[in-house]
Amino acid sequence: MAEALLQVRDLHGWYGESHILHGMSFEVARGEVVTLLGRNGAGKTTTMRAVMGMLPKRAGSVRFQGRELISLKSNQIARAGIAICPEERGIFASLSVRENLMLPPRVKDGGLEVEEIYRLFPNLRERSASQGTKLSGGEQQMLAIARILRTGAELLLLDEPTEGLAPVIVQQIGNTIRMLRQNGFTIVLVEQNFHFAATVADRHYVVEHGHVIDMIPNAALEANREKLKTYLGV
Amino acid sequence: MFELLGVPPQALMGQLLLGLINGAFYALLSLGLAVIFGLMNVINFTHGAQYMMGAFVAWMLLQYAGIPYWGALVLAPIIVGATGIVIERLLISRLYHLDHLYGLLLTFGLALIIEGLFRQQYGSSGLPYTNPIPGGQNLGFMFLPWYRGWVVAFSLAVCLVTWFTIERTKLGAYLRAATERPELVQAFGVNVPRMITLTYGVGVGLAALAGVLAAPIYTVNPTMGSNLIIVVFAVVVIGGMGSIAGSIVTGFGLGVVEGLTKVFWPEASATVIFVIMAIVLMVRPQGLFGTPR
Repeated sequence: MAEALLQVRDLHGWYGESHILHGMSFEVARGEVVTLLGRNGAGKTTTMRAVMGMLPKRAGSVRFQGRELISLKSNQIARAGIAICPEERGIFASLSVRENLMLPPRVKDGGLEVEEIYRLFPNLRERSASQGTKLSGGEQQMLAIARILRTGAELLLLDEPTEGLAPVIVQQIGNTIRMLRQNGFTIVLVEQNFHFAATVADRHYVVEHGHVIDMIPNAALEANREKLKTYLGV
Repeated sequence: MFELLGVPPQALMGQLLLGLINGAFYALLSLGLAVIFGLMNVINFTHGAQYMMGAFVAWMLLQYAGIPYWGALVLAPIIVGATGIVIERLLISRLYHLDHLYGLLLTFGLALIIEGLFRQQYGSSGLPYTNPIPGGQNLGFMFLPWYRGWVVAFSLAVCLVTWFTIERTKLGAYLRAATERPELVQAFGVNVPRMITLTYGVGVGLAALAGVLAAPIYTVNPTMGSNLIIVVFAVVVIGGMGSIAGSIVTGFGLGVVEGLTKVFWPEASATVIFVIMAIVLMVRPQGLFGTPR
């Protein structure tokens, strides 16, 4: 594997007294698209929040570009070059589409310009003055992805970007992820839909009970389809 | 000259001006409360005491350092705002994970302590502060004192600048977004705890600014804040908790309503705002400009 951009080792995470992550370990190479697959409640979203520093309590090691992030706050982790698109999209109702788009500060050079983003997602330009939450579900998802592309972050954490969306929108999001990969972004994707994951990812980590139980390269997905179905309970 | 329901125009316009001046103080104070509540979910009962501190700091600057009104207008909000920052960091920040009620009780206790300290030091009879803009203009139907005109115009300008900052700038977008999802705004790289501290400082600074404006009109008195704060809370409830536009419009509007009530039904003037508050709470609990939480 090429140089690891993100290295997660023995990551534990808690919500209050509930111990959710039990030693998550995985790596993501620069330029890779990696998915975390697993059933509901396996700890995928919690892993994303733990990497981003959004959990009240976490332990273990999260290294990004060789730098240890475990003791940093989420705003410092964002400034290091990691950006999150949360599961429920996190579009702000009190902000217009354009304000939502411009909200995350630029943390590094190399982010997409607003014009490039509008070319990618023309609907956002047309509706830039609308209230963010007045967009359709698909448009809100586009906005949630689009706003972190401006920041210059090299690692994007996308939490279930296809959840609840129509097939045509899912296809559009797949195209976007492939385009981002071509542009050199590194992506960690949480997915329950492994049919979608197979179309965009290089490797798949299977998560169960708060730790990784298997890693399947995308090229070996077909050969491991039955095993994966058992893991995911589908 | 015309009369309205038997009321001479001088009386009507005089009360209207008085209403606008009171409204200016209501608007400035409720604006600070709205900014603080909007971002921090803290009902800042210390606000009246911080308004009083603004007036006292202006008086002290003049008395002990010879700094006149115009210097105090800049310095007093900064000084009192800085004390607010210390209070937020040392005390209020420890209560964010608890129910709103605890913040209210803490700030209520602080208000009593601050007021008690000032009463102990300066007594309760009040201290005079010289009017920096004496004189006025006879408008034919009324006499307009320059200073009172200045208070209304300056308060309106401060309110509009604050509204513009919150509703139309990038900083304001951070504040509005952090009101909804502070943890996500922080995960975008914004230092939200620092933003909250500074917001509290600015809200307190607005209260102190109102205090400096009030010093030449009322006597500088340790209880001047507690007399006003209950009415200001009613204004905030009517406008909508956390609503910036609501604070400004209802602040000025209710000042005028109160002034006009003094003309037509003087006995009701002290209670009219609370009657309106009760009606608004029954008909539209989120306030005239608020959104349901």
